[in-house]
Amino acid sequence: MSSVSALAKQRTPIRPGRILLHVFLATMALAWLAPLLWAVYAALRPYGETSEKGYVSWPDKLTFENFTNAFTQSDMTHYFGNTMLIAIPAVLVTLFLSSMVAFYVSRFDFRINLFLLLVFTAGNLLPQQVIITPLYRLYLLIDIPGITMSGKLYDSALGLVLIHVAFQSGFCAFVLSNYMKMLPHELTEAALVDGASVWRLYWQITLPLCKPAMAALGTLLSIWIYNDFFWALVLISTGENMPITSALNNLSGQYFTDPNLIAAGALITAVPVLIVYFLLQRQFVSGLTLGANKG
Amino acid sequence: MTTDITKETPEAAAVPPSGASPAKKVPQGHRRLLTRRDRLTLGLMAGLPTFLHIALVWVTAFASIALAFTTWDGIGFDSIKWVGLDNFRELFTNNPQFWPAVQHNVIWFVVLILIPTPLGLFLAVQLDKKIRFSRVYQTAFFLPVVLSMAVIGFVWQLVYNPDTGLINSLIGANEPGKYIDWIGDPDLNLWAILIAASWRHAGYMMILYLAGLKGVDPALREASALDGAGEWQTFKNVIFPTLRPTNTIVLVVTIIEALRAFDLVFVFNKGAEGTELLSILVTNNIIGESSRIGYGSAIAVVLLLISLVVIIPYLVATFRKERRA
Repeated sequence: MSSVSALAKQRTPIRPGRILLHVFLATMALAWLAPLLWAVYAALRPYGETSEKGYVSWPDKLTFENFTNAFTQSDMTHYFGNTMLIAIPAVLVTLFLSSMVAFYVSRFDFRINLFLLLVFTAGNLLPQQVIITPLYRLYLLIDIPGITMSGKLYDSALGLVLIHVAFQSGFCAFVLSNYMKMLPHELTEAALVDGASVWRLYWQITLPLCKPAMAALGTLLSIWIYNDFFWALVLISTGENMPITSALNNLSGQYFTDPNLIAAGALITAVPVLIVYFLLQRQFVSGLTLGANKG
Repeated sequence: MTTDITKETPEAAAVPPSGASPAKKVPQGHRRLLTRRDRLTLGLMAGLPTFLHIALVWVTAFASIALAFTTWDGIGFDSIKWVGLDNFRELFTNNPQFWPAVQHNVIWFVVLILIPTPLGLFLAVQLDKKIRFSRVYQTAFFLPVVLSMAVIGFVWQLVYNPDTGLINSLIGANEPGKYIDWIGDPDLNLWAILIAASWRHAGYMMILYLAGLKGVDPALREASALDGAGEWQTFKNVIFPTLRPTNTIVLVVTIIEALRAFDLVFVFNKGAEGTELLSILVTNNIIGESSRIGYGSAIAVVLLLISLVVIIPYLVATFRKERRA
């Protein structure tokens, strides 16, 4: 490694090129952040001031008022709660189910394995709209009185959890099975010969070794499910039951009456994913590339 | 190698070395080592998730195909009527939104693959040079990827709004008479949205390519440099060819993204004239006033057929490799 960089240093006169590169990258990075910074700027200014002076103007006053107003007026806490109710079970169940499938297809040699993996992988590539019409009907047809408020899967958190789990487990099963195939086989072999049950092989031996992959997928799934807009838009009819990302659309008509409030509302919605991203950036990125590296 | 192990320790056959031999060789292995209870556990472990996945994803996908040849009001199963190709005929000849939607989906893909994808590759190559602040730059470029498409739609509305938006305010087009309607004008709005979509896509592609570049053997670069090849030549002749697996992923991801595109457009202008997409047509048919199940399914089938053109070759290539491994 050091010899490579030493070589590079000798070959190319580093300075001017590097400076140019930094200028280019810094400009690009700023341009990339510009739309978001613009939203932050708009959200920090009182509506009265911007409507008088225009949006491209020097600020007299910067306040968090728009944020607090957007948050309280539209009762965003309630929608964040809805999201939690959907996202937490969906992420946990997806990881649980897909790791079981991955364990099955990667640690044993059943004839059905390839087919099973194929079904899951292909399912995860379908556009959601291919299945939505029958799914919508199915959710209306299934009666489960007493279990959900609506008595159906339609318009319920349970329905959303199920479709998230079913849809995302395709990707996760694929990634996790690739990961598990890389684990040394002696581990499970030895335990199996010792008479350990299959469940122990999975729960106590394989899963703990998959922690990095599970953490990466968990981060990725949390962000994806939090960001979901489409499923909730179609499968939830009561505005009150929507998770935050989909609720944003209704709220922007009802409560967020000016661009400054819309900016504040949209940014508040982005805060949780931004926190997760900054804390767990490495997990998120490795989750994305775990799936890509193998293919 | 597998056969050797099987001969020496037949018990181990149930758990073959990685990649695995065909199942035929070791049928006794399972029977010998796995108790009844184990087999039941395994059956449940694979069965339960598979049932859920097939019931909600595959049954519905096939139901879309079946319903595309029928009309149904959705109330009782008795009212399902077979109409043959009527839905498709009407879709192809009688729906003024259908061909524009197909065209926009194609444009969506072409733009994503021609502009943000090479840009993402370019950024990845630059950031792979072990320069300072690489992580800071990466964080900036990748930031849009973690935001939801809905939030991206709202953020870009603030940029494009004809009265209050950044662009019109800057160029002085926010006064009556000089309006440039980035969101409503059917000649402009698709391109405006595609800029927002590209903004996100470039960061996504950058991350995929950065991962791919990490896998490139540094010795290759060194050898190429010793041969006196310039940076561009090294990239073109040495680096890019080794990125082939990444390129496949990038192509598949980009096509699927182009077919799935929905949230951004829906938030932006609900898929009004100029921004129709197949996904929007399917959805409007459900949440709109007139829900025609058979007709909506026919649109979904068109979407499915286009996606299969991508999915099938990808799966064949992936799983062929899997078998060989």
